[in-house]
Amino acid sequence: MEPGEIHALLGENGAGKSTLMNVLYGLYQPDEGEILVDGKPLKPRGPADAIAAGIGMVHQHFMLVPVLTVAENVMLGAEQVRGGMLGFLDRRRARREVAEVSARYNLQVDPDAIIEDLPVGIQQRVEIVKALTRDVDLLILDEPTAVLTPQETEELLTVMRELKAAGRSIVFITHKLGEVKAIADRVTVIRRGRTVGTATPEASRDELAALMVGRTVRLTVDKQPATPGEPVLELSGLVVDDDRQVRAVDGVDLTVRAGEVLGIAGVQGNGQTELVEAVMGLRPLLAGSVQLGGERIDAWSTKEVLRAGVGYVPEDRSVDGLVKELSIAENLVLDLYDRPPFGRGLALRPDAIKKSARERIAQFDVRTPSAEAAVGTLSGGNQQKVIVARELSRPLKLLIAAQPTRGVDVGSIEFIHSRVIHERDAGTAVLLVSSELDEVIGLADRIAVMYRGRIIGIVGPDTPREEIGLLMAGITPDPADAGANGATAGTDAGAPAPSGPGSEDEA
Amino acid sequence: MSTMAVDDVAVAPVNEGFWTRARKAGLVLTALGLLAVLLFPALAASEPARFTLSEDASGAALKINGTVGAALFGAVALAAGVAILAGLPKRWFTLVLGVGLVGFVVSFLCWQVSTAPAGQNFMPLVNIVRGTFILALPLIFGSLAGVLCERSGVINVAIEGQLLMGAFSGALFGSLSGNLWVGLVAAAIGGTFISLLLAVFAIRYLVDQVVMGIVLNLLAVGITGFLYERLMQPDPAKYNSAPHFSNWEIPLLSEIPVLGPALFAGNIFLYLGLLLVLVIHIGLFRTRWGLRTRSVGEHPTAADTLGVRVLRLRYRNVLLAGAVAGIGGASYTLALFSFTKNMIGGKGFIALAALIFGRWSPTGALLAALFFGFADQLATYLSAINSAIPSQFLAMLPYLATILAVAGLVGRVRAPAADGKPYIKG
Repeated sequence: MEPGEIHALLGENGAGKSTLMNVLYGLYQPDEGEILVDGKPLKPRGPADAIAAGIGMVHQHFMLVPVLTVAENVMLGAEQVRGGMLGFLDRRRARREVAEVSARYNLQVDPDAIIEDLPVGIQQRVEIVKALTRDVDLLILDEPTAVLTPQETEELLTVMRELKAAGRSIVFITHKLGEVKAIADRVTVIRRGRTVGTATPEASRDELAALMVGRTVRLTVDKQPATPGEPVLELSGLVVDDDRQVRAVDGVDLTVRAGEVLGIAGVQGNGQTELVEAVMGLRPLLAGSVQLGGERIDAWSTKEVLRAGVGYVPEDRSVDGLVKELSIAENLVLDLYDRPPFGRGLALRPDAIKKSARERIAQFDVRTPSAEAAVGTLSGGNQQKVIVARELSRPLKLLIAAQPTRGVDVGSIEFIHSRVIHERDAGTAVLLVSSELDEVIGLADRIAVMYRGRIIGIVGPDTPREEIGLLMAGITPDPADAGANGATAGTDAGAPAPSGPGSEDEA
Repeated sequence: MSTMAVDDVAVAPVNEGFWTRARKAGLVLTALGLLAVLLFPALAASEPARFTLSEDASGAALKINGTVGAALFGAVALAAGVAILAGLPKRWFTLVLGVGLVGFVVSFLCWQVSTAPAGQNFMPLVNIVRGTFILALPLIFGSLAGVLCERSGVINVAIEGQLLMGAFSGALFGSLSGNLWVGLVAAAIGGTFISLLLAVFAIRYLVDQVVMGIVLNLLAVGITGFLYERLMQPDPAKYNSAPHFSNWEIPLLSEIPVLGPALFAGNIFLYLGLLLVLVIHIGLFRTRWGLRTRSVGEHPTAADTLGVRVLRLRYRNVLLAGAVAGIGGASYTLALFSFTKNMIGGKGFIALAALIFGRWSPTGALLAALFFGFADQLATYLSAINSAIPSQFLAMLPYLATILAVAGLVGRVRAPAADGKPYIKG
């Protein structure tokens, strides 16, 4: 690393980027090898050593205490104090320091705001301010754009350029090629814990992607135009609260038709999770209705919903999708264990379960030594394939896939995408929720953008990324502009739109 | 492209709840007020109810006719309840609720005192206030021990055991040495011993903290019970006759009517307890230690990435909590009684309730402890005047209040986010 350089660390999920940086930051201890800072070896035994050596890190999951103020979070660990041993906090000095740093690098934050009240983009700013007040020369940003809207990402890139101009070095960890090309001076590609190449940002996307995954991959999904049929899932006026009793879904009307993929795009935490859980009967509805094939299902139990022909790939596979300690075979029948051929009366039928497991492991290309292995021992991609295999083994009317490829290797992504499209072509309605805009654009036939619990626009898959990005940030084109785009919007949103007032037609 | 923010769009129609938390509280208060207005005056005798400003029937007194008083203060409670129900501005809520509850209690007392047998139809306020503080004292120490532990993310169910161990070692070493201060230090060490076990098993070996706490309580009962039977019972003169701290009157302050003799003529434990509330409150919210403690209790990983040593801080706080609770235990054996088997008798669990009722804050815990102490004292008083109300009903009050508190009726109760979750690095 050189001073004033932005060095991108590119690699797939699980390639070892974050681990490497956690070692550098002193959170993990290296088994072998050494770190050189300014020519001197550094052996950080804890983050305190790393900070002292001028290394700061903004973690992928923010390291902020939600109930404390910005100033308190910034000062934590390096508090400005008065009164010697007693250590009374000098809040005034802390506030001033926050104000100074934010003014110098154009990172506006209110020192007295409580963290949990701030939007994600601002929280990230607080993280950067926190690192900068510690006077770091090297700033590590671990997947900083994963939770940002395209506009917030743009702002972040601006901040990074300013930091670079001020002579700070930045390690920028990402798996998004576009950002690397936009900002990096140098690129190091990591695969399976090894450096596989160094490149300049002038290298083409395909070259970088090939380096990253080790073989040439298709970045687009092959598919025919959809042939939508009857409405399968109809939501109207849906209102749902999150776990903290805060409104998460605020009047959503939506229709998914047989044979089409409806993608829900949006920055994470805008109500997508709660929407899906409400449909699945996992979360109570405060208002509105859910209809499956014309029948109201909102009072049904989850089991009844599943039995009615709904497949569900939950967004957090390790918590909601699988029982990690159970075997692959057992996980594959979690939905049908009490039905023939897998169960009879009170008993399970292990032979039938094992036989079907072997078939599905082959069919869905799950890489495992045996069907008896605990699911928790598989890689993320293979775990996800187990879920997909289970859900697609029933005759489906509707498939709900939430973040189906999160934390999954590129090979498995391709496979899962092709299965989703295959399901669509077989006439199933598909509701896809993803915070990866590329995934939504690649798979969906219509894209609904969700923002603060509402659908603020439904657009076609050919809509420019920038426009979807603005929608994700809650900015809708005004009526005059909407007229120009009306052609696309009209055909895509027009057909099913139920007469709900708040959501689809507000533009 | 001109833009418009989505915030401007009309909110989708949702049935907005009329029954806010304030309104529910108002409804309860209105019901209490109605009860007071309709029932208490009818039951009260038309005799004077005297509230004397001393320890007995003598001296100045506040006097009111029982029927009139019960009706008057019942009306206060009712009015407060209705006001809240009608939708009072938020900033008045706490005050009006407080006035209403006090009105209800006074109305109740007017009824009780006026119907007491002749010669007993007075209430000595000094006794009541002093008794409230004395009964609240172990709760104050206990809940402060809870605050210290749980703010740093370790659940402390072992308060009972820490109090008991403190009481025991205070009595034992106070007797052996014949020195109060040795007894006090020994009590702190006794409480710390239980804390040390909690810390090692909860922090180092990641044992479930609630289970560990319960086990430690049983352990403390076992150890102290055994040693009590083997040492103290055969030879109480040697092992169980610790000297007691005498009361220190604070000049001037002790002259204040009612509060003076009740509050400023107490023993060292009373002053220490109140001082600790203040010190821990300031420490928690105004010092480096407090900021680190709170962040470790909320988000230990974040604190760790900034160089705060999470486990060491937790150890320190848990041990400190043990010392505080130990001293609380000594407030029995070095000031009031000699040691008896299982003498804490569940106060540690009420302290835990006070901690939750007080929302994990030192001042809140103090108020909760005083409320519980008052209920306790009132129960004693009512049985003394042969009240028709079974004293067991009043003894239930603290627990009922805690259930209501935990159910979220008195503001949202939110424990520190990492409370009870062991921290594992990496």
